[in-house]
Amino acid sequence: MTATDPHLPRGSSAGLLESLSGFVKELRNAGIPVSLTENLDAVEALRHIPLEDRDAFKYSLAATMVKNNAHWKTFETVFEVYFSLRGREYRLGGEGEGDFDAEDMINTLIGAREGEGQGSAEGMTPEQLAEMLFRALMDGNDAMMRALARAAVTRYAGMEPGRPVGGTYYLYRTLRNLDLDSMLERMMQQERRRNEDETDLEERLVREEYEARLDALRREIEAEIRRRLVADRGAEAVAKSVRKPLPEDIDFMHASREELVALRRAIAPLTRKLAVRLARKRRHGRKGPLDFRNTVRHSLSYGGVPADPKFRYPRPSKPEIMVIADISGSVAAFARFTLQMVYAISSQFSRVRSFVFIDGIDEVTDYFKATEDISEAIHRINTEADVIWVDGHSDYGHAFEAFWDRWGRDVNTKTTVLLLGDARNNYHAAQAWVLGEMAKKARHVYWLNPEPRSYWDTGDSIVGQYATHCDGAYECRNLKQLERFVEQLG
Amino acid sequence: MTDAAPSRFESPASVREGLRSVAYLADEGIAGVVFLAERLGKPILVEGPAGTGKTQLAKSVAELTGARLIRLQCYEGLDESKALYEWNYKKQLLRIQAQRIAESEGGEGWDDIEEDIFSEPFLLTRPLLEAIRADEPVVLLIDEVDRVEVETEALLLEILSDYQVSIPELGTVSATQIPLVFLTSNNTRELSEALKRRCLFLHIDYPDIDREKEIVLTRVPGISESLADQVVRIVRSIRSLELKKAPSVSETLDWARTLLLLGIESVDAETATETLHILLKYQSDIEKAAKDLSATTAGSR
Repeated sequence: MTATDPHLPRGSSAGLLESLSGFVKELRNAGIPVSLTENLDAVEALRHIPLEDRDAFKYSLAATMVKNNAHWKTFETVFEVYFSLRGREYRLGGEGEGDFDAEDMINTLIGAREGEGQGSAEGMTPEQLAEMLFRALMDGNDAMMRALARAAVTRYAGMEPGRPVGGTYYLYRTLRNLDLDSMLERMMQQERRRNEDETDLEERLVREEYEARLDALRREIEAEIRRRLVADRGAEAVAKSVRKPLPEDIDFMHASREELVALRRAIAPLTRKLAVRLARKRRHGRKGPLDFRNTVRHSLSYGGVPADPKFRYPRPSKPEIMVIADISGSVAAFARFTLQMVYAISSQFSRVRSFVFIDGIDEVTDYFKATEDISEAIHRINTEADVIWVDGHSDYGHAFEAFWDRWGRDVNTKTTVLLLGDARNNYHAAQAWVLGEMAKKARHVYWLNPEPRSYWDTGDSIVGQYATHCDGAYECRNLKQLERFVEQLG
Repeated sequence: MTDAAPSRFESPASVREGLRSVAYLADEGIAGVVFLAERLGKPILVEGPAGTGKTQLAKSVAELTGARLIRLQCYEGLDESKALYEWNYKKQLLRIQAQRIAESEGGEGWDDIEEDIFSEPFLLTRPLLEAIRADEPVVLLIDEVDRVEVETEALLLEILSDYQVSIPELGTVSATQIPLVFLTSNNTRELSEALKRRCLFLHIDYPDIDREKEIVLTRVPGISESLADQVVRIVRSIRSLELKKAPSVSETLDWARTLLLLGIESVDAETATETLHILLKYQSDIEKAAKDLSATTAGSR
């Protein structure tokens, strides 16, 4: 870099740098680690790309600052907020200027075909809007779809300036009015009418194509709402309200359906990495005892001097794992992800046995043996396992007692027992003596609790009573914590 | 430093055009990052599922720029002597022995020999050093960098940030031209922060449906438009299932080629099920997809 070089990107202003620093701050708030060098790289990168090219701008920021694909979605949201298109048309004016713009656009788009008869688009009825949307979706006309999404937001979302309502509320209102499900059905009917002799496979593919288009529409509406919110309230306020945790930080107990999907997607690469890491640790970890024969053989190349001692590979014993999991509603997701992770690294253990309970307890090891597909096993657990004894409210005491009765003999010095649950016992008897007995016989007993530590032993939680008998009680609220625990286990 | 290097590309769009001319269909993200890497003189860390064209990207960029491709395949146990340089031990021995003979007739002393045997003629260059020392433009491909141990990663750091290699006996070898460096990773483990910080990050995912269709059309000559369309749509459908290993782009291409060889013009559920083993590599996946495809046949209507 020469001295004459301006350190600012070409054509930039202080405004851009300010947005950029706000942007970086928000990325860090959202949990993406952006180092100082990366920040500088980003500014440096902006010198080389045309700033008016929004895509290039976005990709340069992503390439320099986001180094983990799981963080991409978060990045995209923050980017949309901080560098969204701004302009008159997004302002939430009382006069509804946005309306004119969007509908002007629609008029120009359809103008050529049927402009005269319709009159001004301002008087467009909901039916007409739906009809136009239907046609745009059938043809896959993206420009039209975008314009209609805007019109729909103006019409249905009922956004008012200054109202501190989150974007989801507006999204919900808009989508409820558009009723996209029946839109899909209508599209499929049209399709069937058009191609009578379509094969089933073909029909399925068409349906998927339409679903993808509807998804695009939904995303467009969401983006539109976000843009208007930003124009109304400023980037910082909106960024805060749309901030979502990274997949590895999602709380198991309060995950929304969408977040659960994200979790399920995130856990596969995570467990794969974990398995690789543990396998390597096993191979390269401690050295075993001296391998005399091997050392002598290698000493030949040093003229008989044993200069390079060789060691046997260590064969550390593999523990046997027993997972005992509460699968009642509140902690079901937690049990699922823990089981999935334990089974993913089952090669690190000599044997994995799993038990699930609510107030009754049942062994489910066979479900996992029968299939390689974890979701299927979980599904069978939820439908087939016999876990209800009286009323289907968690009763840890009875479940542990029943466990000790039926399988207590199988616990031995090689067994590591994992207990999963929030220990909210609905004020039943704790029967903590079972854990005491267990701890005497087993190699280790660990308790994993998906609740934050500050909630432990409040209300009907009795994790403290159990924890005294365990070798450790851990807070496992998200994938990060769970991964850390499972790693030390292997 | 970066400004001094002659630019090989004008704009992201020209990178995209160029790559297209060597039959690599890049999207905006890929082209943008390649452009930026060349401008900033920074390595690119390419990550993504197997078979989405990570290695091919490096090859195509090399072909496009007319640069020599130097490839370092990483594996567990890769070390300095395989990646950077090694002293030619046998040649050094010979040199010393030759010296002894010469000495008995009254020649140079030990100091001269020592200086001599640790000099360039006794150096065996390995890929990384070779890329640094090359006079002509090169593209350095460090393939599957996630396979080496975390400690070995440190070997790469000096090269990636400063484009130089320090050899204790010789000094520092700096690059005369800045090579374009691609590192690929299948993400089997987390790479170290230090490595990530030095690179631009590029994630190559499965392409969207239009781009994949275009890829099929360019890479499988003789395929009809309608078949290509069907192929990519079925693949998208299969990818949406929860599978152990989703079909990659290269598997899509294999499948398209197979269908073409079999003389199939339009895929129905049966043909798809019969040829699934080309797309999917796990028995459980094949069963799942087959079940799913035939369920459509039975289910609707």
